[in-house]
Amino acid sequence: MAGSLQFDLVSPERRLASLSASEVQIPGADGDLTVMEGHAPTITTLRPGVLRIISAEGTKSYVVTGGFAEITAAGVSVLAERAVPQEEITQSSMDALIADASAAAAVNSDKDSADKAVADLLAMRTAAGF
Amino acid sequence: MPSLKDLKNKIASIKNTRKITKAMQMVSAAKLRRAQESAEAARPYAERMNAVMGGLSASAATSASAPRLLAGTGSDKVQLLVVMTSERGLCGGFNSTIVRLARAKANELIAQGKTVKILTVGKKGREQLRRDYASNMVGHVDMSEVKRVGYANAQSVARDILARFEAGECDVVTIFYNRFQSVIAQIPTAQQIIPAKFEAGSANALYDYEPSEEAILADLLPRGVATQIFTALLENGASEQGARMSAMDNATRNAGEMITKYTTIYNRSRQAAITKELIEIISGAEAL
Repeated sequence: MAGSLQFDLVSPERRLASLSASEVQIPGADGDLTVMEGHAPTITTLRPGVLRIISAEGTKSYVVTGGFAEITAAGVSVLAERAVPQEEITQSSMDALIADASAAAAVNSDKDSADKAVADLLAMRTAAGF
Repeated sequence: MPSLKDLKNKIASIKNTRKITKAMQMVSAAKLRRAQESAEAARPYAERMNAVMGGLSASAATSASAPRLLAGTGSDKVQLLVVMTSERGLCGGFNSTIVRLARAKANELIAQGKTVKILTVGKKGREQLRRDYASNMVGHVDMSEVKRVGYANAQSVARDILARFEAGECDVVTIFYNRFQSVIAQIPTAQQIIPAKFEAGSANALYDYEPSEEAILADLLPRGVATQIFTALLENGASEQGARMSAMDNATRNAGEMITKYTTIYNRSRQAAITKELIEIISGAEAL
């Protein structure tokens, strides 16, 4: 039986979730990582993707577009700029996100990172099952 | 001496005004509660953000490769003042106190020979500053359509500021807003956001950084700017409602006082008219 860790998901506007989880899957900028109890303290940025929290009550998924995660001995806090529970995501809201990113990419001077953001979003769409 | 009819009209009109100010006060009270709630809800994010940034910037500030958002451009020639005010009036000294602070700062900087640029958020501040600093105004963010301040609003303001900074249009950015303390006390505050200043947090040396400390810092700094602006906007929103509430409370009380005063005058002159009539009748009867 794996131990549990405290998980907090906060957006700039409010605290979205605060629960005890056994496992958290984070879409890190350098690749996905899974955090369990006793993980080394880490700070990582997020890429657009799906955040999964596995707890005793089951699995919860959130679609996040960016932000960062702070992993400490006490638990995980994810600070996401935008986080939506996966069941609330619709095809149209997903398309709107991608359209936003593409529009930003078109004017962004840093072409590579903007294109990467769009690519990440497209990958996220696939991962979210659309 | 105003006629009885004039007085009656006046009292009726003040009563109407009192009704309006009373209603406005109650609306502000409800809005204030909401604004305080959103300010409260936004706190965990801002606190975490500041803690992480504090730790990161403490270690990065010493290195030569510190990002420009943190280290500054090395000059402070061009100062951008972001003045946040309300879209509506009737909120007591709320807008004037911010504008006064911004004006003092602007004059001080101009006296030092620096270039001052002003970006206004909210209509009221622009109206007041336009008179003296028309040539310094570089932009305006219209918030009149915004019912409830969201992070997206803060982000768009932040993007605007960051674009100006990246383009080399300004070296130092300071925001002006009212910090909410209580319904009767709002503190006008000037806060420098670029180059970023964070309270030095506890050393985060224990952390692993992914991808790297510098990359995270570069990614977080723009977000930090947006978060600070968001916090300021929320504080400002709560302050505005608080200021309006106490202003309207005062107005309601003043209207009440005026009504009592005019009612007394009205009753006195009515009494005087009756007495006069009686004297006329009596002296008429005596003359017979």
